[in-house]
Amino acid sequence: MTKGNAVGGAAVIGAVVAVAAVAFAWAGGWLSPGRLSPEQFIAALRPPGGPAAGDRRNHAKGVCVTGTFEATGAASALSTAAMFRAGTYPVLGRFSLGSAEADASDATTRVRGFGFRIRTPDGAEWRSGTIDVPFFPVGTPAAFLALLQAQGSPDKGAAIGRVAAAHPELKRFGGWAASAPWTGSFAEERYNGIDAFVATDASGAQHAVRWSLLPAATVHQVTPAALAVMGPDVLEHEIETRLATGPARWTLVLTEAGPGDPTADPSRDWPAERRTVTAGTITVVRSEDQAQGPCRDVNFDPTVLPAGLATGDDPFPAARSATYAVSFNRRTAEEARAQGSTR
Amino acid sequence: MSDATQDGATATPGGGARTHFSPAQRVLHWGMAVAILAMLFAGVGMVSTARPLHLELIDLHRPLGIAILVLALLRLALRFGRGAPPLPRDLPPPVRFGATLSHWALYGGMIAMPLIGWAMVSAAGLPVVMWSGMHLPPLVAQSDALHALLWDAHRIIAYLLFALILLHVEAALMHALIRRDGVFEAMAGGPAPPR
Repeated sequence: MTKGNAVGGAAVIGAVVAVAAVAFAWAGGWLSPGRLSPEQFIAALRPPGGPAAGDRRNHAKGVCVTGTFEATGAASALSTAAMFRAGTYPVLGRFSLGSAEADASDATTRVRGFGFRIRTPDGAEWRSGTIDVPFFPVGTPAAFLALLQAQGSPDKGAAIGRVAAAHPELKRFGGWAASAPWTGSFAEERYNGIDAFVATDASGAQHAVRWSLLPAATVHQVTPAALAVMGPDVLEHEIETRLATGPARWTLVLTEAGPGDPTADPSRDWPAERRTVTAGTITVVRSEDQAQGPCRDVNFDPTVLPAGLATGDDPFPAARSATYAVSFNRRTAEEARAQGSTR
Repeated sequence: MSDATQDGATATPGGGARTHFSPAQRVLHWGMAVAILAMLFAGVGMVSTARPLHLELIDLHRPLGIAILVLALLRLALRFGRGAPPLPRDLPPPVRFGATLSHWALYGGMIAMPLIGWAMVSAAGLPVVMWSGMHLPPLVAQSDALHALLWDAHRIIAYLLFALILLHVEAALMHALIRRDGVFEAMAGGPAPPR
C-alpha cells in the first residue's frame, strides 16, 4: 500500500462518515430548529407553573368514564369499521377541560372535550378526541402553534391580534367562544371530532367523514358566574352524581362531505344539510377519578383507527398524534418515577 | 469492525479457505443494510415532525422493524450454519477482537430493537399496527414503568446502533481502500485481492 492510497482512502472514509452523520442529524431535525415539531407544541402548551407531573400536556384536567357503544349498523354503509356493525362494544372515555392547567377552574375554561376508545372482540380499535367546539380555531397546525405561542406570550392581547390578522378564521372562533351557551354538565355537551377522516365502505368506495356526539340529555344553559359559585370542580361532581341516578347518552353521527367541501381545513365546518348517518349510541354508566382510573394511561390518539377508517388530507390528526405521543412519553416517565419513589 | 470474517471461519469443500460469504448471506446483508438505515432515519425523522410525514414514517417504521427482526433471525441462523470467511492473518489481535465484538453487537441491535419497539408500543397500550387491520399481539402488558424504560432504551440503543454502523462502514472502507485485504470483497463480491 502506498502513502497516497492511505491518504486518499482516509479522505474518502472521513467524507462518507461525515455525510452520513450530517444526513442523520438533518433527518432528526437537529439542524432545523424551525421544523414544526411535537416539542414545539408541548413547549407552547407549557403553563406558567410548568405541567403537573404525570398529567397530560393539554386537556390536563379530566375524569375517566366507562360504558358501551351500541351500533345500529347504519354506518356500515360508509365504513367497514368493525364497531359500526350492529352490536354492543365496550367504551372507555375521558371528559376533560381544554386547558393545559391541571387545576383549571371549570367555570373559566371555555372548551370541553371527550376522548373515547371503542374496541371490538376481534381486536379492532378506534380512538378519538372530540371537543364541544363546532370548528377548529385555525386551519393549519402551524397556525395553531402560533396561536398557542401567542396565548403564552407576555404581550398576549397583541400577540393574539397578530395571529388573528394572519388567520382571519380565528375571529369566528372568538365569536363562538363569546356567544355559545355554557352548560353545567359534561353530559349536556355536543362533542365534535372536527377533523375529517376517510371512511371506506364494503365496495371499496371512499367517503370523507367527520363525526359528532349529540347529547340525549336536556341542555340547561348556565352562566359562567353561576358555575363559578358551584366550585372549580363542579363538572366532575355533577357527572358522578348524574351517573349515580342513570346513564348519560349520546348519538354518534357521521357526516359525509359533499363535493367540494373542505376536508383539509377543520376551521371550516360543512353545510348543515350534508348527509348524516346515525352510527349508534354511546352510553356512559360510570365515572372514576383520573388519577387511578382506567383512562389515565390511555393516549386518545386520533390516528388509532380501525380498518375502514383512515386519516385523509386533514393535517391535524398527524400533528395531534405526534404531540400526544410526546405528552404520553413524558407523563408515563413521570408516573414511573413517582411509582418508583413511593415503593 | 470489518464487515466480514472472524471466528467460525469455514473451509471450502476444495480445501482452500472461503473468500466470500454465501450469496444468501450477501443478499441479506445488503438488503438489511438499506432497511436498517431506513429505520434509523425514519425513526429520528418521525419523532421530529408534527407534519403528515410523521404518520407516513410510522406506517413504514413498524412493519419494516418486524421484517428486520425476521430477517435478522434468519441471518443469524445462516451465520451459525454457514460461518464466515476467515479474517486476514496479519490483522492485529485487538482489531480482530473489536471486529468480533462489533459484529455480535450489530446482531444484538438488529434483533433487540424491533423487540423493544414492539414491547414499547404494547406497554403504551396501543395496538401494534402492521398495516390497517393487521395488528400483532401485545408483547407485554400495559405499564407506565415498562413503557418509560423501553422508550429510553429504544432511543438510546438507536443512537448507539447508528454510531456502530458508522464504525462498521469506516472499517469496511478501510479494508476496501487502504488495507485492500479482501475483507470488503468477502461481503461486496468481486475477486478478492491476493492476501
